[in-house]
Amino acid sequence: MKALAGLLRKEFFHILRDRRTLVVIIALPIVQVILFGYAIRTDVDHVRIAVVDPSPDAETLAFRARLDAANVFHIVAVLPRIEALEPLFKRGSIQGAVALDPQFAERLGRGEPAQLMIVADASEPNTGSLVQAYVSAMVGGYEQELRRRGRTVTIAPSVRMRFNPTRASSNLFVPGLMAFVLTIVSSLMTAISLTREKETGTMEALLVSPLLPWQIIAGKVAPYLLVGFISVVSVVLEARLVFNVPLRGSLTLLLVEGLLFILVSLSLGILISARTSSQRVAMMGALVGTLLPTMLLSGFIFPIESMPLALRLASTVVPARWFVLVARSVMLKGTGLVYLWPSTLVLFAMAALLLAASTRSFHARLDG
Amino acid sequence: MRRILFLARAEVLHVVRDRATLAQALIVPVLQLLVLSNAATFQVRDTPTYVVDFDRSTASRGLINRFAASGRFEVVGDSASPDRGDEALLRGDVTMVLTIPGEFERTLVQTGIAPIQLAVNAEKGSAAAIVQSYATAIASAYAGELTGAKGTPVAPAIDVRVRNWYNTTLNYKHFMVPGILVALVTLIATLLSAQNIAREKELGTLEQLNVTPITRTQFVTAKLLPFWVLGLIDLAIGLIVGVLVFDIPVRGSVVLLFGCAAVYLVVALAIGLWISTIVETQQQAMFVTFFVMNIYLLMSGLFTPVESMAPWVQTVSLANPVRHFVAISRAILVKGAGPADIARPFFTLVGFAVVTLALAVRQYSKRLA
Repeated sequence: MKALAGLLRKEFFHILRDRRTLVVIIALPIVQVILFGYAIRTDVDHVRIAVVDPSPDAETLAFRARLDAANVFHIVAVLPRIEALEPLFKRGSIQGAVALDPQFAERLGRGEPAQLMIVADASEPNTGSLVQAYVSAMVGGYEQELRRRGRTVTIAPSVRMRFNPTRASSNLFVPGLMAFVLTIVSSLMTAISLTREKETGTMEALLVSPLLPWQIIAGKVAPYLLVGFISVVSVVLEARLVFNVPLRGSLTLLLVEGLLFILVSLSLGILISARTSSQRVAMMGALVGTLLPTMLLSGFIFPIESMPLALRLASTVVPARWFVLVARSVMLKGTGLVYLWPSTLVLFAMAALLLAASTRSFHARLDG
Repeated sequence: MRRILFLARAEVLHVVRDRATLAQALIVPVLQLLVLSNAATFQVRDTPTYVVDFDRSTASRGLINRFAASGRFEVVGDSASPDRGDEALLRGDVTMVLTIPGEFERTLVQTGIAPIQLAVNAEKGSAAAIVQSYATAIASAYAGELTGAKGTPVAPAIDVRVRNWYNTTLNYKHFMVPGILVALVTLIATLLSAQNIAREKELGTLEQLNVTPITRTQFVTAKLLPFWVLGLIDLAIGLIVGVLVFDIPVRGSVVLLFGCAAVYLVVALAIGLWISTIVETQQQAMFVTFFVMNIYLLMSGLFTPVESMAPWVQTVSLANPVRHFVAISRAILVKGAGPADIARPFFTLVGFAVVTLALAVRQYSKRLA
């Protein structure tokens, strides 16, 4: 036990002395949360649009005023002809356009359908759909005002945005971010640190010491477990204080699930280091094997439901997918284990499996 | 000049002989392109929906049918219990719960206006807004149908038509692939140059080169030239894969795109060179590159539109070369932009190239002196 304590001390010193890496470890969660809170957003407001109004008059002016008053649009140009839109789109100065018919007012007055065209820059499909949706909604309201007299049938939907009423993107990304930061800190760092000992030959020295194999692994892993835990706490704190991300569920549950996920990531890191011989290969392995899947296939940034079937299936073996689900549900929906036990079970199984596999491959290397 | 060529040849041989580097440079980008383009999508389709129908009338069934037949919603369950709907939403099985109150049909016939309720899981911000707009559109179209059926057809006061320019089918891949090409080129150029010089440092061969009569400028040129060519080759491969596999449009001039890429690669390589001067080992080079690239790519508008970012981030991102090249790539490929349209981002890149290269070379010389 004393030997283990000594190893632990040595490992902590290792982490504390490598200043550059330490800075990255500490700065990473903070920078990432800020980036994702402020930069990675999908909310669309202040859409830059142009209005094509070939024959301006009182009616079209009133319509334009309504567009402007919607607070969603920012009219950057009013053009006489639809052809004039092309260069604006190409330069990227507008995201959409509303083109009015030359006889817009005249037709409205005569009770004929007045024509209106919505042009969206669909090279960014989501912004395209949203511009279309916003303009259509606005036109719908305007229309209803115009024909209060006619007896029509209306279905009035009332919409409730559950779990995230303001639809703030930070609420979506920040809980998922924990998985990302933990993967970097746990998998990447462990994989590299263990391979470095191999490369420099100090691993052999550890092996001939009276330490048992599990003690070596424990000594290597414990400091990173602590570092990972600190990252979780700092992400949660930052999310609460800076971005006001709600924490509707139990904090204890979140932290326990976090520890479980750290364990999974650490075992993955050990597994990678056991199979590789140089830092460079370990780094590539950790990048391809853990970081990219966590970033792309966990649902952290991109919704899993939108992916093709093959990738959806692939995502089920990515541990981060389950943790992202848990973190989001606990923070945003306030759900407890009643709903989350399947994901928790998956994480448990992964932890057990990977831990067993990594200890075994570590053994195999020791014997050989 | 001959010295540069010799050194460049040595570099090319290094790259070609080292299988790992070659794979990293040629195969990984293609794989990334294939996976990323499929995974990186915010497209909204087949929203799983739970229906709570209290009315069970012809009108309510008609409405549910319109939802199911729209191709946008998939009704995965229905009952007359609001608790079941709520539970499905909490468990994450469904994204939307459509609730039709009792007396829906009678209210509709008698007063002409009847409420329904849509509860949308808004965890996923903008997707929720799109789901909502689809649902509202279906409800109002159905209302129009009912109005017509009552024998008093009312022509719409405003006839709205929608044109989705540049991407009529709203194919998300046409948006992502031109951006991902930029990411690939950036990663390869920056990572390889940072790593390569860091390795020479680690092995001590950099010291040897320093005692040869070669000048700093010659050395930097010779080092970066092969990676510059490699970056262009990667772009070509990526573009071919993009066109063949994903059918992305090439509406503008390919020559123009490569011209811009040639300038942009200088920036990416210079950043790699700069990183190599501040690190000691390959591991650190990789780590720092990863850290820097991560910030650059996320703030480039590659994944999420720049317009959605917080105002101060938008301002900061002007100093991000990746952002400008992503804009250029999308404008040329998807919108068919010509030289005049992309003049501003292009000259910004030229400015970046000059400044970053000068800084990196200066820093490099200082570190060795």
